Amino acid sequence: MSEQLFLIAHIAGRGVAIDSSQVESVVDIGQVTPTPRVAKHIRGLAALRSRVVTVIDTHAALGLPPIGIAGSRAVITVIDGHHYAVLVDSLEDVAPFEASPLPSGIVLDAAWRRAGCGEIERDGEPILTIDLTALIHGPSTDAVTIN
Amino acid sequence: MDDLLQEFIAETRETLEALSGEIVAWEAAPEDRGRLDAIFRFVHTVKGSCGFLDLPRLARLSHAAEDVLAAVRSGDRSPDAPLVTAVLAIVDRIGEIVEAIDAGTALDDSGEELLIAALDGSAEAAAPVAQQAPTAQRVATRSVRLSTELLDRMMSGMSDMVLARNELARRMRDQQADPAIEAALDRLSLTVAEMRDTVTRTRMQKVDALFSALPRMVRDTAAEVGKSVQLVIEGADVELDREMIEMMRDPLVHIIRNSIDHGIESADERRAKGKREVGRLVVSARQSGNQIIIEIADDGRGIDTDRLVRKLTASGETRGRDLSALSERAKLDLIFEPGLSTKDEVTAISGRGVGMDVVRANIEQIGGRIELVNALGRGLRILIHVPLTLSIIPAIVIGIAGQRFAVTRQAIEEIVHVGGDAIRIDLLGDTAAATVRDRRMPLIDLGALLGLSPSKPAAADMLAIISASGGSFAVAVDSVLDHEELVIKPASPAVMAAGIYAGQTLPDSGSPMLLLDCAGIAAEAGINFTRDAVIEEEEPGEAVAATVDALLFEDLDGRRRAVPLAIIDRVETVPADTARFSGGRMRLLIDGRIVPLASLGDIAGRPDLAVLRIKDGEAEVAYAIAEPVDIVAVPSEIVPSVQAGPILGVVTIDDEQIELIDPQWLLGPDSGGSLQPGAPLCLIDSEGDAWIATFLKPVLEAAGYRVATSAAEGEQAAVILTTDDSGRRDDRVVRLSNDRRDIGSADRVYRYDRTGLLAAVAKRVEAA
Repeated sequence: MSEQLFLIAHIAGRGVAIDSSQVESVVDIGQVTPTPRVAKHIRGLAALRSRVVTVIDTHAALGLPPIGIAGSRAVITVIDGHHYAVLVDSLEDVAPFEASPLPSGIVLDAAWRRAGCGEIERDGEPILTIDLTALIHGPSTDAVTIN
Repeated sequence: MDDLLQEFIAETRETLEALSGEIVAWEAAPEDRGRLDAIFRFVHTVKGSCGFLDLPRLARLSHAAEDVLAAVRSGDRSPDAPLVTAVLAIVDRIGEIVEAIDAGTALDDSGEELLIAALDGSAEAAAPVAQQAPTAQRVATRSVRLSTELLDRMMSGMSDMVLARNELARRMRDQQADPAIEAALDRLSLTVAEMRDTVTRTRMQKVDALFSALPRMVRDTAAEVGKSVQLVIEGADVELDREMIEMMRDPLVHIIRNSIDHGIESADERRAKGKREVGRLVVSARQSGNQIIIEIADDGRGIDTDRLVRKLTASGETRGRDLSALSERAKLDLIFEPGLSTKDEVTAISGRGVGMDVVRANIEQIGGRIELVNALGRGLRILIHVPLTLSIIPAIVIGIAGQRFAVTRQAIEEIVHVGGDAIRIDLLGDTAAATVRDRRMPLIDLGALLGLSPSKPAAADMLAIISASGGSFAVAVDSVLDHEELVIKPASPAVMAAGIYAGQTLPDSGSPMLLLDCAGIAAEAGINFTRDAVIEEEEPGEAVAATVDALLFEDLDGRRRAVPLAIIDRVETVPADTARFSGGRMRLLIDGRIVPLASLGDIAGRPDLAVLRIKDGEAEVAYAIAEPVDIVAVPSEIVPSVQAGPILGVVTIDDEQIELIDPQWLLGPDSGGSLQPGAPLCLIDSEGDAWIATFLKPVLEAAGYRVATSAAEGEQAAVILTTDDSGRRDDRVVRLSNDRRDIGSADRVYRYDRTGLLAAVAKRVEAA
């Protein structure tokens, strides 16, 4: 299998790899306008140049306690014509890797299961590849939790 | 109207150009189904548009051609050379007339009858007439037809330009730019704003453009089918994307024609059902959240879903389904089945296979949906929801707990400060209600609803009055900040899922803002307006039925009845003991005079009576009631009673069936009979002998008695009439015999001795 470009980031203290085809840009998100009564993992709206992006609280999307601090690094992705800013703890690198499915027998725990889609290996260290679409849909696509 | 006409001309001209090749090909090969269909579609479209635009000549021609082509399509006629020639002559003629309309010149209409006659093969000399070369020169067109895709791109580019300008302005503010640059920016802003208005206008049209042709169309359609229909148009100011208007035109015409043809009943039928003779058709447009809703409501017969199922089953269109097992809603949806016509015969109005399936397809094509609200016997409401693609809308910016939200200006009726007697907030139970100048409406504490601040409705300071479909409600807001034209874009699905937002925007301030969906907020807050609450405004003039004032009262038997007010002298309360059965009927002693008393219920057990004194000239009668209720206007349409009697007929008052008392009958000579529940009861015990019941009953009733064959529970008969001679010992019994010799006997009464019988009965009544 040929190599693809992956963006290596940290989410909730774990290293993850994001397929670069999902990444439009990487930005610092400033002030976020809250969106009351919307699913928990939606942090709010932010202005990005002349566009409005929906800010995704990655921790909440994974079912973890929401990120406390305001403003952070984010990965911008476009899904179904809408722009989303997926908050990440930190960003490391962009590099080509060879993607492979998760080894058989490894079952991700609940929060990560829908997001995780495979792994890459960087210097012998396995890194989970994640699908941003799953994060945007939140912890549960069936029942949207209301604040 | 001119716009529509111009569009029609341009469209017809274009189609004709495209069609010219088809026509020649059809002439060469009349069997070609594809060509035939293309020409059929053309004349069908022309016919439809003509009905809309009131072009009777074109309508006649195209209708005639359509008839013939439909016959060819169904195989009833074969496309022989004379038929093809005749159709082509009509198509040519349509072209000539269209050019003449555009040029504003008159075109001689002689020969058109011949053209139409030629279609039947009855006149063959038509062709030479059609050979006249078009005389009018084409006028240079004043308009260009653009694809809406181009306008879309222009619009989207415009939105981006506005946003880019906003960002530039913001950055320059942050950096305290050179005044010269600021001046340049101001000029740019001005141009951008003007440009934006223009671009917006290219796509937006008032829905009036769609509605303005309706009154004429409704009038003509109604006249064609011999019905009278009152059309009410609401919300013609709502703006709609030009493309939407184009796409809505055919479905709207179709639905309205259907409503008039199939929905609204004939005047006779309506009268029989107790409806106003004039059918009512309401076409309204309103904006609701991110949608425009166009509603076509009639007060006709509604859709009989069972009949629909039977019809589809009979025509074998079930496709193997058991239609009767479907839910009511699914049954209703069957009207969207292709090829369904609910009427058996094809009329000029509707029903030539271009059915509701096409209507739905057209609406779904523009991302809309169609909803039916059916009330069998009472009418059908068709709601067409189309998306709000207005990307720039005027909005009010409100502040709630420090956060800003936008509300479309269209939704806001007014903004008021709480204070004084005119505007106040009260708690009804735990529900807050706002009173704004005598209007009481629900109050939504938006801060609490959004979870931004604790609930404190009674402390609200400023209210925005929002009009929703069906009613208004008040929203407590902290502040009203601004009035802006905003570029609204749809928010991401996760945000829209909350159901209270209509979109998002990036105003000049640079921080994103949400547009509130007022209908969604009302729904979230559990506010529900019943559509019935809307006051129907009658159009003054011819359509309004003449009304009669009547007194609505609660009768002794608990029912509500009405009596014309003009006939009532006064309403009085009298002691019950002034009413007495004397001289063969109930009479009332009042003002030292004796007046006949009528009632439709039992007066026994009441200490006093409310009576209506009914007077007409010398004649006077009193009518006992429980209590008067109100003075109401009674429509002049009265559904007559099945038989003559105290009830003249039935009218609807406030959606209730109300019996109308016939004053003439009360005053007339017939009122002695069954109208007196207080009258003594004659029990006829005549098993096996139908004679008594048939012949004696009228005699006794005329004498003021009540007659029954069995006593109701707890009722005591004053007299028992029987032919049974077995010797029952009862003082009340009057024995009837067949023997003439019994005339004058104290024991028995010869049954044909009317005087003797009445005397015997009167004697028993006195004794009782």
